[in-house]
Amino acid sequence: MNRTRFYDLHKKHGAKMIEFFGWEMPVEYRGVIDEHLAVRRRAGLFDVSHMGEIQVDGPQALAFLQILTPNDVARLEPGKVQYTALTTPEGTFVDDMLIYCLKPDAYLLVVNASNTDKDYRWAAGRAASYDVRVENASDAYSQLALQGPAAERILQPLADIPVAAMKPFSFAEGRVAGLGCLVSRTGYTGEDGFEIYTRQPDSTPLWETLMDGGAADGLEPIGLGARDTLRLEAKLMLYGNDIDETTTVLEADLKWIVKFKKGDFLGRDVLMKQEETGLKRKIAGFELLERGIARPHYPVFSGGDKVAEVCSGTFSPLLKKSIGLAYLPLELTAVGTEFEVAIRNHRARARVVPTPFYKRPAA
Amino acid sequence: MYPGDFYYTKDHEWVQIKGQEAVVGITDFAQKQLGDVVFVQLPEVGAKLEAHQSIGAIESVKAVSDVFSPLAGEVTAANQELADNPEIVNQDPHGKGWIMRLKPADLKAVESLMKAAEYEKHLEGLDKET
Repeated sequence: MNRTRFYDLHKKHGAKMIEFFGWEMPVEYRGVIDEHLAVRRRAGLFDVSHMGEIQVDGPQALAFLQILTPNDVARLEPGKVQYTALTTPEGTFVDDMLIYCLKPDAYLLVVNASNTDKDYRWAAGRAASYDVRVENASDAYSQLALQGPAAERILQPLADIPVAAMKPFSFAEGRVAGLGCLVSRTGYTGEDGFEIYTRQPDSTPLWETLMDGGAADGLEPIGLGARDTLRLEAKLMLYGNDIDETTTVLEADLKWIVKFKKGDFLGRDVLMKQEETGLKRKIAGFELLERGIARPHYPVFSGGDKVAEVCSGTFSPLLKKSIGLAYLPLELTAVGTEFEVAIRNHRARARVVPTPFYKRPAA
Repeated sequence: MYPGDFYYTKDHEWVQIKGQEAVVGITDFAQKQLGDVVFVQLPEVGAKLEAHQSIGAIESVKAVSDVFSPLAGEVTAANQELADNPEIVNQDPHGKGWIMRLKPADLKAVESLMKAAEYEKHLEGLDKET
């Protein structure tokens, strides 16, 4: 099983470890609810070194990535980040990811740990007719996410980059805790925050310095348990739960990452057709109107018929109720529509609600 | 850690005999495995239970777990405190976090359950597996 370079520090902090797609990762330290609220109110530090990093370099890197992804990579310039996907010819997801434009002909794809090998094969296998080099650099990288309203205040004194001036979805390279790092104003929690990448083999001082520097602001280490509840409140997709090779980008309500006008890309024809003829189903957010928790794969019923399954579902520590996502028939997706979720031998009432479930207050 | 006058099951429930009644809860090990408890489904007072019958579910953020009645008998009380404050199960699993009281059909049946030392040994075995 793989371990990140921060493994010993997690043990020291009393983490409960679980296996996550071949990685031994912290699932919680003090408890999911405490950790969740720490990120919403103060700040949290996540080890996300299991994420994959794939480098794409070469004169035709842009043309190559334009074909592999639905968003318009040409809109990126060095120092900018874009949320996008790797699409199949059917307009479904090989993965979702961030693209970092390092230089005009050099990009870094940050992909899900569960898909890193698949994504690398997918990209490398389509690279032959382009003048590009595709490299799986995942082993070289450590990644930490510093998230929460106090993130900027904690990071600034430890970094030689003017992080306060960074806009969302931008990045800069410099030193944090004396280590060479790439810092982006991105995250997976719905809060302000940063993701910090380093290729330094001994990256443990990064964790220790951030934890020490954040102590006065109540910075806490956060496990995968709270990472999941945080991202779901913000309606950020989780590959394998909410999106996969059976769900199209439009069904996933991610039309904003589909740029038909940029020209051809994998799945464009299917998505164009789906756009013209209309969707049959779409992902929608719901809350449970009764006690209990709607969990992944629980059946969804309407008018006595099974119409869907819950994709993501959890207890929202902030809203203190059960929230979830499901691909509902289009006629059930209007806010306020009620349906039922089968929880063991009971059918609990649920209602479509606006998403994201949580939106951080404007600064 | 595990009270010496309690009895324990492999499913991590505990039983404490008080007079003619049995108090039932889940063990510290069980609450730690679950993490933050957010809902406790309680049995109906008056319900007649078989041994090993499910009396409801405990939901944490991460997981849902069935709770089984360690003994056959009739439910005489359910801990309504847990409906509004389920976190008591985490805070005091062997005390205020009790789930139900039962009038056992046969009080002697409790002798077939594990004593604290046996239960601790059982947990050590589980530790080695993981």
